[in-house]
Amino acid sequence: MKRLVVVGNGMAGVACVEHILKRNPDFEITIFGDETHVNYNRILLSLVLAGEKSADEIVLNDIEWYRSNNIRTRLGVRISQIDRQTRTVIDETGEVTPYDKLILATGSSAFIPPIAGVDKANVHVFRTLDDTRTLLEKARKGLKTIVIGGGLLGLEAARGLQVRGCDVTVIHLMDSLMERQLDATGGEYLKRRIEGMGIRVMLPRQTAALSGNGHVDGVRFATGEELEAELVVIAAGIRPNAELGRKSGLAVNRGIVVNDFMETSDADIFAVGECTEHRGQTFGLVAPLFDQARVLAATITENRGPVFSAAAPAAKLKIMGVDIFSAGAIDEAEPGVEVLRYEDPALGAYKKLLLKENKLVGMILVGDIQDELVYMDWMRSGTDLSSMRRQLLFPPPSDLGLEVADMPDSETICGCNGVRKGEIIQAIHQHGITTMGQLKQRTKASTSCGSCAGLCEKLLRAVAPDFQEETKTTLCACVPFSYERLREIVRGQKLKSVEEVLAVYGNRKGCEVCKPALSYMLDMLWCGDHEEDRSARFINDRVHANIQKDGTFSVIPRMRGGVTSPDELRRIADVADKYNVPMVKVTGSQRIDLLGVKKADLPNVWRDLGMTSGQAYSKGVRMVKTCVGTEFCRFGVQDSTNTGIELERRLENLFTPHKFKMGVVGCPRNCAEATVKDLGFVGQDGSWQVVIGGAAGKSVRKADLLVTVETTEEALEAGELFFQYYREHGNYLERSYDFVERLGIEKIRKETVYASVEERRNLLDRLHRSKELSRDAWLERDRPANATQFVQIEPMETVREKQLV
Amino acid sequence: MTAERIWTKITRVENIPPREGRPVRVGDLEIAIFNLNGRFHTIENACPHKGGPLCDGIVTGNAVVCPLHGRHFDLETGMPVRASEPSCLAVFPTRVDDGIISVDLTAAYRATDEAAA
Repeated sequence: MKRLVVVGNGMAGVACVEHILKRNPDFEITIFGDETHVNYNRILLSLVLAGEKSADEIVLNDIEWYRSNNIRTRLGVRISQIDRQTRTVIDETGEVTPYDKLILATGSSAFIPPIAGVDKANVHVFRTLDDTRTLLEKARKGLKTIVIGGGLLGLEAARGLQVRGCDVTVIHLMDSLMERQLDATGGEYLKRRIEGMGIRVMLPRQTAALSGNGHVDGVRFATGEELEAELVVIAAGIRPNAELGRKSGLAVNRGIVVNDFMETSDADIFAVGECTEHRGQTFGLVAPLFDQARVLAATITENRGPVFSAAAPAAKLKIMGVDIFSAGAIDEAEPGVEVLRYEDPALGAYKKLLLKENKLVGMILVGDIQDELVYMDWMRSGTDLSSMRRQLLFPPPSDLGLEVADMPDSETICGCNGVRKGEIIQAIHQHGITTMGQLKQRTKASTSCGSCAGLCEKLLRAVAPDFQEETKTTLCACVPFSYERLREIVRGQKLKSVEEVLAVYGNRKGCEVCKPALSYMLDMLWCGDHEEDRSARFINDRVHANIQKDGTFSVIPRMRGGVTSPDELRRIADVADKYNVPMVKVTGSQRIDLLGVKKADLPNVWRDLGMTSGQAYSKGVRMVKTCVGTEFCRFGVQDSTNTGIELERRLENLFTPHKFKMGVVGCPRNCAEATVKDLGFVGQDGSWQVVIGGAAGKSVRKADLLVTVETTEEALEAGELFFQYYREHGNYLERSYDFVERLGIEKIRKETVYASVEERRNLLDRLHRSKELSRDAWLERDRPANATQFVQIEPMETVREKQLV
Repeated sequence: MTAERIWTKITRVENIPPREGRPVRVGDLEIAIFNLNGRFHTIENACPHKGGPLCDGIVTGNAVVCPLHGRHFDLETGMPVRASEPSCLAVFPTRVDDGIISVDLTAAYRATDEAAA
């Protein structure tokens, strides 16, 4: 058995070992790693920094994997020397390990520019899991943080730290952010997005020195300008770790030189990953490195044949909240290149396509990347686009299934984890995979950034004979898509009526399940700028009253905060007399219900009441139940009634995925039961607790704390944020308590009250726009939706006619 | 041989919006007329399950769903969509002349006459 030693336990090295194992080699494998961790997904460190994932969640190969594959693993050990004569490697403690074949997968390290003061305390890089942990320990609200470097890594670090509450400034040497992947305009759009999140960007700035007595306290620029800093993160690029190769006399330029077979200048030594240099090029993105790993696995197992060629780089870059895609050539100065551009400053969307001889050769997409797959397909297949010139910037939706069918098996589907089409197909057949869940578990495809999920599903659908949609999230058999997918479809295809959705994506019929759900979705997404279809709604939402067992209706006027007046009560009593209302009842929601009203009487009842609809029939905003608070109660510490009335005013008349009940209490005695409402405010001395996801119906659930705030305005805003977030992400008929459990309170907090300034503003803007366009449904007493909405049709005349039979 | 048909003129077509139903009372009988995107169908209005007003139900294809407990009935045949539900509904021939919907209620009158006799 031959001894294979791998120096480096990162993504490229371990991916290569995985491919070697698939070829059943006769190797005894030892892996050395200078980090103390098992192989993890370095690309996802930014998500760990932002708190989206835990360190455990980004592990690619757990310790059991090493054990079960009989791999000897030496972690936290650095190899300091290779003795090519005796074919041994020597670690820092002097221990000698012999090899027959040696793979160098030493990766790269953060480049630290030669600036005075980089050795001061609280100056860090962002490259490894340990770096991430250090940054997490230091991060706190308001910490003055400077990130040096406006490339992908720098921006990811900046966003992660900003999410943690740090006050972040990014400084960059160049005129434009991410200048290697974007052009100046793209960089400008990106800058605006980043600034909109509450991160300051300063361009161009050359850092001259870091100041401070032991601890860093500021940054001085070449211009003499100075900026205060408590934490500095250097993200100025990476350098291949080629030192080991250089010391042992291998051919090394910037990286360890490899040929197309990943062989170095020594016949028994190979290299893979970011430490390599291939035809003058070094590497920073993961996709080509997985190709290298595959090629090397073939070479080293005596299947030498496949060659590595670095294809045009495609980079999908994920910084939370910004979508960027860059692929192929971005240099428009090249002769024969035509450029198409589209900009929408209000949407923050920028597209640039580069064409040569009617073929797509490169692209930059910022802010709107939904057509990325179509473009990639055009670029990859070299499609002649002359017949599509008019549609290039807004390509027609295409069938991704066909695209997936056209891809070669060697095409990488999941760029994060390096999973190719062929591997997915093989796994589907071998393991009888029928669901996305199984596919993710077996192949790891789509488990990182998730952007290839659509592609994976198309592939699965095409290949697996018993494909099963993840049933839990599918709307219904009439429109067999998940809620998320449908929201994307409706928004992306600008579908504005239920009939249209059913015609294009459904069975053209629809049913009592999907029609009301689609009605809600359209109303939420287009806030009134769509064609309302009453026939698609349940009878309650056609006539704005709650149907009873005998076909009559119940009428509950709005009574904000449960506060009424003698005048209102008199009118209610008069209406009950005038229309012979069989029952008048106080509800559990501090309101009054008139039961047994005929449909034809509804408009007159509403008119005589002179009150607005309480939406008690609807999947919408019900009420705010309040206690008397500081106004009368001797224990009250907050003005619960007026706060409740204001909350109800801000949200009333809007629709929600399911009914939405609220409560506001003026002290923790909780007399109005705010902790079992969908949204509740619990008053405390000097603060409000905003709680969400409570229930006291079919199930009983104590609400989760969303946030504690000092002022009433802050509490109202937190409530509005959650309300709109639930409207946008809740599935139809999903109560807030199921929603909170499905998403988890941490995620909800991060995407509502702890979201960036821009994200919060956007949520509130969308809410306020919907609110402005909403209206009291009972106004239809004077302007009915159609002539017979309430009016009973009377027959005209009876005709007797003789007929031959 | 000739037979007498009793047609009742009901209302103009635009009074029943597409994919909705409307109740009409003719004597003691309550019927529900539906507009299936331009084709009109008439059934008796009371759901055989618990008397729910079928006119207020959501239309799905050629069927209506009772708003009270979700029973489905085919509007052309009056048959329940699910075979497990035993009872069916009376259906009445319906036609449109010059934009006016008429329903043939002969069967209903005959039933009433027989009951009276």
